[in-house]
Amino acid sequence: MDLLTRRKFLLASGVTGAAALVAGGTAYGLADILGSGDDRPEGAGTLVLITLYGGNDGLNTVIPYGDDAYAKARPTLAYPPDQVLRLDDGFGLNPGLAGLHKLYGADRVAVVRGVGYPKPDHSHFRSMDIWQTADPVRPQPTGWIGRWLDTAGGDPRLAISFEPVLPPLLAGATSAGATVPGGALKLPKSVTPQLLKAFGTASAQDTAALARAAGCFTDLSRVQDLMDDVAESAPDETPDDNAEEPGATATGGAAGPLQQQLDQVARCVEAGAVTRVYSVSLGGFDLHADEKGAQQGQLERLDKPLAAFMDRMTRSEKGKDVVVAIYSEFGRRVAANASDGTDHGTASSVFLIGNRIRGGLYGEAPSLTDLDNGDLRYTTDFRDVYASLLRTVLDGEPDRVLAGWKGELDDVWK
Amino acid sequence: MTDRQTVSHVLRRLTFGPTATEVDKAGETGAAATISAALAHRTAPPGPDLSTGPPLAQDADRDARREARAQQNAELDRWWLRQMAADGTAGEKLTFFWHGHWATSIQKVKSAALMYRQQQTFRRYGTGDTGPFIRAMLRDPALILWLDGQQNTARAPNENLARELMELFTLGVGHYTEEDVRAGARVLTGWTVDRGAGTSRLMPKRHDQSPVTLLGTTGVIDLDGYADLLVRHRAHAPFLAARLWLRYGSGAPPSAAVVERLVTAFGPGRDVTAMLHALVLDPEFPATNGQLVKQPVEWVVSAVRQLGIDAGKLDDKQLKQLSAMMRALGQVPFRPPSVGGWPAGAAWLTTASAQVRLRSAPNLVTLAPGAVATLEQAARPDRLDALARLLVIDRWTDRTAAVLAPAAQDPKKLITLGLATPEYAVH
Repeated sequence: MDLLTRRKFLLASGVTGAAALVAGGTAYGLADILGSGDDRPEGAGTLVLITLYGGNDGLNTVIPYGDDAYAKARPTLAYPPDQVLRLDDGFGLNPGLAGLHKLYGADRVAVVRGVGYPKPDHSHFRSMDIWQTADPVRPQPTGWIGRWLDTAGGDPRLAISFEPVLPPLLAGATSAGATVPGGALKLPKSVTPQLLKAFGTASAQDTAALARAAGCFTDLSRVQDLMDDVAESAPDETPDDNAEEPGATATGGAAGPLQQQLDQVARCVEAGAVTRVYSVSLGGFDLHADEKGAQQGQLERLDKPLAAFMDRMTRSEKGKDVVVAIYSEFGRRVAANASDGTDHGTASSVFLIGNRIRGGLYGEAPSLTDLDNGDLRYTTDFRDVYASLLRTVLDGEPDRVLAGWKGELDDVWK
Repeated sequence: MTDRQTVSHVLRRLTFGPTATEVDKAGETGAAATISAALAHRTAPPGPDLSTGPPLAQDADRDARREARAQQNAELDRWWLRQMAADGTAGEKLTFFWHGHWATSIQKVKSAALMYRQQQTFRRYGTGDTGPFIRAMLRDPALILWLDGQQNTARAPNENLARELMELFTLGVGHYTEEDVRAGARVLTGWTVDRGAGTSRLMPKRHDQSPVTLLGTTGVIDLDGYADLLVRHRAHAPFLAARLWLRYGSGAPPSAAVVERLVTAFGPGRDVTAMLHALVLDPEFPATNGQLVKQPVEWVVSAVRQLGIDAGKLDDKQLKQLSAMMRALGQVPFRPPSVGGWPAGAAWLTTASAQVRLRSAPNLVTLAPGAVATLEQAARPDRLDALARLLVIDRWTDRTAAVLAPAAQDPKKLITLGLATPEYAVH
């Protein structure tokens, strides 16, 4: 699925400062990131943000199997208690999340339930905008990580994405994170490193656009030098219009497979890169029909690479300060629809994973019967989660980044 | 700039890439007449045949329906690719502009027929007064489906369409309030799509008829009244000027003076063609040469046109190959990434795109024996100039000339490299 986010329009339309666009458009080679370790403070935390595009069904992810209202609302979609991966007497994980369940057992996963924001928006774009800009009221040209980056000195290498185009969350007012293209580089044999370098040479006759076009070749030659040892590359994804489930609007996410992205993150972390935030993503959660099997499959596509990544981080001294946060733009409605799927909903669970995390269930689970027009009422404001990550992992000042927001989620840390 | 460079620049922007012959002709005709001719009214081409395959049985299963839909989508893709490659005027490019502007994706609409119908609206209204255009778009079944108009009812208004209408299609952020969004949504309640018939209609039972205050006007407002409020809004013309400038002018925002001139040309008749005409004649337009990054569709289609590849004679597999290039470069017609449309400018200049251009160039050259023969006919020392002429590039930088020179002995390789050059990535 090659889908970009609405954010790109904002970049394209000049809503974001031109400086941010230039910074974001300047692709860094992996070499720039891998070789950046000298500037990294000792013991600095690293945040890996996993965005699930499409609106992941929270109630079939962290399943309230102990609540009779759950099975009642979803006669064909509900998992019976003996199929869920038990967290406690009331809640369990989707069977597709075996790796995450194991991590939970190791006390390294905080499940924050009922995370949302006031006046929930049911549009993928708006809601993802809200999550990425951390402003539930007005459209903002900057993302919350971008604003943190502004306060942290603005070095683009501090916040990177392996998506081909900058995600909104990495755009700041005066700076922006970097996109670092990864994956296998397949080039015709006739394209030699010399050719790439020659095309990349600056010319006094270049316009700005021409200079950037030439710069791509330089970046390409740098990336190529490093990619030779990246083992298995994912096959080219050939999306077709039917791959997405019925009713799915293109809702963003344009990265390679999650495993490939997380492999890149792992390499950078192990190399001690200066980077403090990695943005990775997985799409395909907009399941308005025939949801059950498809969602479980998507969750497995999340779970396997995630478990492998956490395992790798555990084995690395440099990986101990990594915290993974997983969110989606919204959950789904409580009741199943007539097509064995669910429609756009509201509050959902956020996962926080890492050695620094005190495992457990957090946040009040929203009631399945006291609903807001068929939707869950959120119990934890998403900015509480961001504030906590900003302070504890990124050594930032939450109120500066989150427009004076005071709430915080402080009991999830060891 | 020489006269040739002036008409080249204009035609590179207004059309999907002029051929060397077209530039020759424009040189004889002169810039003014060339621009008028390119913007002249054009009869819409005959539509695609979307009736391919046997009709589906009433009880056809899901897979059969998917397969039928995929075939229709593919036919629509092939058809538009052929139209873009065949058109030397501004027509298809403007249709493509409107497609990116109203950014509707077949991935949600799930109907080639409705996507084609929307495109007919672009062709019919997109060159003239935006008043009737917006009235027509608000009734457009594909747009209604794309932005959840179906779910917009008096009992449960859905603000998606009303919001995007003002934010992305007509006024821009900051020129309307949240109250306007709510009021606009109420005005549009009840407009639903009959998928079978391919039409939209107002269902009175679902429509909210109560008075609203919308963009400063209070009263009972209907769809047409809403469209009229939008096009009469003072932000409308400048917004459109900036959108056109972004795709036809430069990645940098237009100066206030440019906007003013374009708005004046747009005039009380809200004439899109007049605005576009003014854009390419604007005193600031010549300086935009080389400042705009080609969108992937522009890169592929201009290569097809300039290499003299007859898209009408390409088989399905070859057309699919061209679509695959666009996909790899990140832009597939009928599948914009979101209602915000495609990115512009430096966002397209990634290492990934450079790599795809390097990989795609040999495949394009394979389809173009005529272009190879043209270069073979040029004397070896003249071949870099011949290549620039073929690809309608004003001049090679010394950097690129140095890369190309050794390949002059091998025309095939020379064209392949030419397509991959930084020069060919911008225009």
